[in-house]
Amino acid sequence: MRLDIGGWFESVIDWMLVNFAWFFDGAAWLVNQIVGGVEYVLIGLHPFLLIAVLAAAAAALTRSLGLTLFSAVAFLLIVSMGLWVESMSTLAVVLVSVLFSLAIGIPLGIWAALNSSVSAVVRPILDLMQAMPVFVYLIPAVFFFGVGRVPGIAATIVFSIPPAVRLTELGIRKLDAELLEAAMAFGAKKSLILKDVQLPLAFSSIMAGVNQVIMLALSMVVVAGLVGAGGLGGVVVQGVAQLDTARGFEGGLAVVILAVYLDRVTSGARSLGDVLRNRRIRKEQRAAAGTPAVAAVS
Amino acid sequence: MNASHLQALTTDHREEAMNPEVPFIQVEHLTKVFHPAKSRPLRLLPKKAANQGFVAVDDVSFQVQQGQIFVIMGLSGSGKSTIIRMLNRLIDVSDGSITVDGKDVRALAPAGLRAYRNQTINMVFQHFGLFPHKSLVHNVAFGLKVRGVDRETREAKAAEALALVGLGDRIHAMPDQLSGGMKQRVGLARALATDAEILLMDEPFSALDPLIRKDMQELLIKLQRNFKKTIVFVTHDLNEAMYLGDRIMVMKQGKSIQCGTAMDLLEAPADPYIEEFVAEVDRSKVVTAGMIVRPLDPSGAPPGDPDAGAVRVSDATVLNELLPIFAAGTERVEVVDQQGASVGHVTAEEVFTALSPKGYSNAS
Ligand SMILES: Nc1ncnc2c1ncn2[C@@H]1O[C@H](COP(=O)(O)OP(=O)(O)OP(=O)(O)O)[C@@H](O)[C@H]1O
Ligand SMILES: [Mg+2]
Repeated sequence: MRLDIGGWFESVIDWMLVNFAWFFDGAAWLVNQIVGGVEYVLIGLHPFLLIAVLAAAAAALTRSLGLTLFSAVAFLLIVSMGLWVESMSTLAVVLVSVLFSLAIGIPLGIWAALNSSVSAVVRPILDLMQAMPVFVYLIPAVFFFGVGRVPGIAATIVFSIPPAVRLTELGIRKLDAELLEAAMAFGAKKSLILKDVQLPLAFSSIMAGVNQVIMLALSMVVVAGLVGAGGLGGVVVQGVAQLDTARGFEGGLAVVILAVYLDRVTSGARSLGDVLRNRRIRKEQRAAAGTPAVAAVS
Repeated sequence: MNASHLQALTTDHREEAMNPEVPFIQVEHLTKVFHPAKSRPLRLLPKKAANQGFVAVDDVSFQVQQGQIFVIMGLSGSGKSTIIRMLNRLIDVSDGSITVDGKDVRALAPAGLRAYRNQTINMVFQHFGLFPHKSLVHNVAFGLKVRGVDRETREAKAAEALALVGLGDRIHAMPDQLSGGMKQRVGLARALATDAEILLMDEPFSALDPLIRKDMQELLIKLQRNFKKTIVFVTHDLNEAMYLGDRIMVMKQGKSIQCGTAMDLLEAPADPYIEEFVAEVDRSKVVTAGMIVRPLDPSGAPPGDPDAGAVRVSDATVLNELLPIFAAGTERVEVVDQQGASVGHVTAEEVFTALSPKGYSNAS
């Protein structure tokens, strides 16, 4: 006996298409506006100015001279390959997808960490989302949103949410049980415990999730090129279709440059919390050294 | 000197009048049954066995007077942590009642429970439970932050509490820059900063080196002289229990098997299990002059000094420190309490009697 699972899935999609067309149209319009806006800024700025900004961001977040120089040189290379506009268009798509993924994934991860039933429901869904071959997402995405950037973004979001949820949940759950007890023993509300204890201590784990989300989103770029998302994905797809090795390689190289840059910068930001905290503490310590120490109380 | 002494006495009386014999913490028939996690078992076990659960605390009753240190002592797994966590309801009570200052703790609604934890009952943890991302002053101020005290006030208060435990010069350090003993001082300061009347201490000194542990015990005694908190202290070290405890409850497999003063346990262990514990105790270091003192004859307590020239010792002096005095030929020493008032005498003979072991078998 053959179960027609594929057929059922298709009819679910058809039903949604009929009943929620307004929703998909609206969402597509909104996403297009947002990406268009980001893209407008990235492309509108003079490349050299933007490269300076990107290199400065790398310097601020990683405090590494090597990476700062690398990013300046690598982005100039992109300009010289004539792929600047495509790269910025891809960057805009990645940034917007990541933003949506995080906006969905981090709160979901927090919820799953605080509520075991949510976690039990969410976990198998995440497994499914991650294990499903990525191309499969493109089919319904195209049905819902037509061709262009939006289905690519939709597929990218679905594909890149899991690490945001997982690493947020993990970061909160792995908190030392005694610390949680200590916070509760002083009568703290759940919301204060979350804000004051759980989230700060989960920060580096959450940032690791952000980093993975970005990497997954970039890896979808080329795939999304198949449905006409343009950008570097489009360049690579075109190179493949025309068997143009040179063009394909240049497109691929630009993707790699973006990937290395985003990876290093976001993993540098992981320790940003520590850096800021240490700076604040040093400031406090200096301030305390300036004024007479608190008088000992009998 | 005499006048202030008199004043001390009258204030004592007034306090007693305010707190009549009603215990501050009253626990009755406290029971905790842990049920295995509801993971939908495959029903391979008979239904009954699967539902029974594990009795971690079994019908335990005790009382703690205000200002006392009450020690819960027992081997690992005997249910000490479970009891102490039921007192502030970090663990839910299965059965029995807990009354603190006349209030039924089990009946507290969530908001009331938070207020109770914040204002009445604080806790010190075995592994310190300090927030690694907060400096000492912010750790100590946490309870006040929860209470909604403004930043400046709570930080001043926290700095004050840190000064009390000897860390006044390190208030901006981070927890990971401290040694274990210092961390636990912070834990203590955090519980002091809120002015809660009850301190729960779950093996607070077990993770420390013996010398540091001794320091911390002395610090606790010193603070206790000033603050007169009501302390519930968990330990598995009988020496510590006897040194600190006004009263000691010994637990075994979830049940309370004896509850009394250190002397009660030493003189009349209620169980071979306690006798075994007691055999390990160095009596000369835990029995104090105050424990064995013969009270003054109430009829003829003359205001003047009956034996002028007698050696006077504090009631907290351990017998070990009395031995050299007797070795020097003194017949008896006068014991005085913290206010310097005489409470009675101790003779060499009484000291030797107190030091000689008495077992469960010879006691009966
Ligand atoms: N959440 C729980 N679920 C099931 N059983 C538990 C739970 N917490 C404690 N127990 C069991 O209850 C018993 C008492 O535990 P408890 O932690 O109170 O012991 P303890 O006297 O504090 O021991 P220790 O000296 O090791 O801290 C132990 O046998 C323990 O295994
Ligand atoms: Mg314990």
